[in-house]
Amino acid sequence: MMTRRYKPSLVPVAFILTLVVLLATLFIGQQVAQGMTGIWQLLTGEARQYQSIVVWQWRASRALGALIIGAGLGVSGAVFQSLVRNPLGSPDITGFNVGAFTGVLLSIAWFGNVYWMSVLGAILGGLCAATLVYLFAYREGHSGFRLIIVGIAISATLTAFNQWLSLSVSLETAMTAALWSAGSLNGMTWSRVLPAAILLILLMCIALAMNSRMKLLEMGDDTAAALGVSVNKSRLALMFVGVSLTAVATAITGPIAFISLAAPQIARRLENNASISLTASAVVGAMLLLTADFLAQHAWQGITLPVGLVTISLGGLYLVYLIVREGRL
Amino acid sequence: MSPNSSTLLAAESVTLSYDQTTIAKDLSVQIPQGKFSVIVGPNGCGKSTLLRAMSRLLVPESGKVLLNGRNIHEQTTKEVAKQLGLLPQSAIAPDGIKVMDLVSRGRFPHQKWFQPWREEDQKAVDAAMAATHITDFAQHHVDQLSGGQRQRVWVAMALAQQTPLLLLDEPTTYLDIAHQIELLDLFQDLNQKNGHTMVAVLHDLNHACRYADNLIAMKGGQIVATGKPSEIVTESLIESVFGLPCLIIEDPISGTPLVIPKGRLA
Repeated sequence: MMTRRYKPSLVPVAFILTLVVLLATLFIGQQVAQGMTGIWQLLTGEARQYQSIVVWQWRASRALGALIIGAGLGVSGAVFQSLVRNPLGSPDITGFNVGAFTGVLLSIAWFGNVYWMSVLGAILGGLCAATLVYLFAYREGHSGFRLIIVGIAISATLTAFNQWLSLSVSLETAMTAALWSAGSLNGMTWSRVLPAAILLILLMCIALAMNSRMKLLEMGDDTAAALGVSVNKSRLALMFVGVSLTAVATAITGPIAFISLAAPQIARRLENNASISLTASAVVGAMLLLTADFLAQHAWQGITLPVGLVTISLGGLYLVYLIVREGRL
Repeated sequence: MSPNSSTLLAAESVTLSYDQTTIAKDLSVQIPQGKFSVIVGPNGCGKSTLLRAMSRLLVPESGKVLLNGRNIHEQTTKEVAKQLGLLPQSAIAPDGIKVMDLVSRGRFPHQKWFQPWREEDQKAVDAAMAATHITDFAQHHVDQLSGGQRQRVWVAMALAQQTPLLLLDEPTTYLDIAHQIELLDLFQDLNQKNGHTMVAVLHDLNHACRYADNLIAMKGGQIVATGKPSEIVTESLIESVFGLPCLIIEDPISGTPLVIPKGRLA
């Protein structure tokens, strides 16, 4: 009998790479740190005040935001790809993040630019989009592929609705919305990052606690139930966690595509594991978003691009590759 | 478990339906403890539906299923999974999972939130793999195994649940004859040596007659006959259940009934 050669997991490499990008994000720049001594001074708090503010107030909060939001998106994607049993079944394809953005828009239109209302709006919007997708895709049970097709349709409809909404509200609201819709980590101050980070970490912990149930559900509803999993309850809880992760992330950054789609798949290949792993997806998601944000800030001299633009460009290519491969099945 | 009762599992006048279609009406059946029961019947007669109802996967419209004397739907799915193991037809092996990892999943009903893997879990998994003769492939990928080996892995997963009852939905379908016999011998060993009460849905009547202590013949959602194969299997029973004219002779090896279809030749 043939045995597959054992290949070690490459996730630690991704982890180290993330650290390197993190250091680069924090300390690169002529005015910031002069060589290793400069970095050492910043770490020990001996640097001058200007540099400390740049690194610890501006850059660190943004980098932490990127890491945790990336991880959250990665976990969200992993949860949905596992539930749908299809690598395309991720919330940025099925339109849950667009739904979350609709919620944000409505909340801005009704309540103004209030942070917590936006977060709430995003969660509700994401959940509504998810409910819509599930209702439309239901036909004596759910097939993964139908969910994805319906999701793409709902996503397109909601995108159109979002545009109409942006056109019909006041100019000021529309401007806020337009800034938001690009998906950006600009303006990630500690006061904005910390509450979302706590929420995201909490949600990721719940997802992790449900990991074994999620794995059993992959074997089919009957098999999972035979092993003692409450199939419907577990699936609902996992969906709620998955949608909420995407929604909270969308609420603070705007829609960021590609991370939840690609992170679980890249993690799977790095880990040489057949099934999708939540922790590896989190690490890869964090790495992807931090790297994309690094590119967004440094790839063009003097211009900071919205990170959503970088991820969507990379994601477009990856999506074409996935669809071509799935189409052959 | 009450020691004096000889049934662990019973359906009491259950009506079973999917959506609007009623599959079985007012059906009652008892699974005798310590026996190997086999359910037979034509396609669509409700065998699998009955098995699903008896394993808590399907809620009966009326009537109830009793597991160890208590209504199965008043017990949590985890409680049920500690008393009853089920091998459904639709089990999907996750891509590239290793044999031992799949078998280990059978320990889920015995694990609590955040509980680490215990020695007794590993013992149960090792015992299940030994009983199904798959210990040698413990580190192999499930998708590299042959159909018969893979089916034994699924049985091992159900065994790792350490339940007195095992329900198997068409476990031998899609296997060649040698692997079918190998698997049925395994079930007989699990029943006779390890003391599991077994219930299997089988298609092959002659296998059913040879291996079953208790045969349950179904037709159109009703139980037509139950009992020892040698006592209930007659030409008229087979003709009425399957609509198949046949001849019944004694199996020269086991002495059990052997069904010979007449077909067009007679």
